[in-house]
Amino acid sequence: MMALSLTHYLVVAAVIFCLGVVGVFINRKNIIVILMAVELMLLAVNINLVAFSAHLGDLAGQVFTLFILTVAAAEAAIGLAIVVVFFRNRGSIEVEDVNQMKG
Amino acid sequence: MIVQALAFYLFATVAVLSAGMVITQRNSVHAVLWLILAFFNGAGLFVLTGAEFVAMLLVIVYVGAVAVLFLFVVMMLDLNVATLREGFVEHVPMVVAVGFVLLAELLVLVGGWAVAPEAQGVRQAPTPDLAETPNTEALGAILYTDFLYLFQAAGLILLVAMVGAIVLTHRRREGVRKQRIPEQIARRKEDELTLVDVPPRGGV
Repeated sequence: MMALSLTHYLVVAAVIFCLGVVGVFINRKNIIVILMAVELMLLAVNINLVAFSAHLGDLAGQVFTLFILTVAAAEAAIGLAIVVVFFRNRGSIEVEDVNQMKG
Repeated sequence: MIVQALAFYLFATVAVLSAGMVITQRNSVHAVLWLILAFFNGAGLFVLTGAEFVAMLLVIVYVGAVAVLFLFVVMMLDLNVATLREGFVEHVPMVVAVGFVLLAELLVLVGGWAVAPEAQGVRQAPTPDLAETPNTEALGAILYTDFLYLFQAAGLILLVAMVGAIVLTHRRREGVRKQRIPEQIARRKEDELTLVDVPPRGGV
């Protein structure tokens, strides 16, 4: 068993990030799952920041993680509010139905 | 050391597997539950690196608030699962290929990467010894001093998000009797009161 290094964490974060990207493309209709995939990508970024913070001994990385958490929470709240309003107007959350603002 | 490595592989495996389940679930409620599992294991990884405060924050903010918000919204909306899944299978090969290319690129990057020798000298906030200052205390000491303006800005972002979510979802319903104070104050005697001169025995 190898000792844990920075690379271990970076590989895990890379895999989770790629799963998030794949999730955005694969669920092209369900906007809620797309939002969840974006949250997964943010989690991967946070893992990267915390791993670098621990490796370099610099607490600023963890402060950055904190701010990313804040922005992600705000993004989720606003995104879900938009989804609820959209569902109220159209009765569906399919991404392809979002064409009301077409000129 | 071996316990640490075992815990890492456990957390990492479960996190990756549950992330995979999030994006492949047919039912959105199940996807949210897998997302919660992924966040828990991410918090476990954070604890392993010594970032205890951020780990607890992940559990409280993400699992406690954001994931539950997702759960509420998914359960509130009456979703048609069948139409949401149309065209799912035909995209899979191309999407998986793109994902593998991206992953390969990231792994090449991770493999060929090294810390610059002068990196230790340019640290913004060197971590104090964990035996003297706990992680939470050290984080608080720099968050409220060096990063004070950013901290306030984060609070403002949350405030704007809260106001925005309320404004977006607030619904003004018709036919509800509510007290409208400006209209009450704006009433004037000449608008509301008419004097009618009624002749005797004539009626109105």
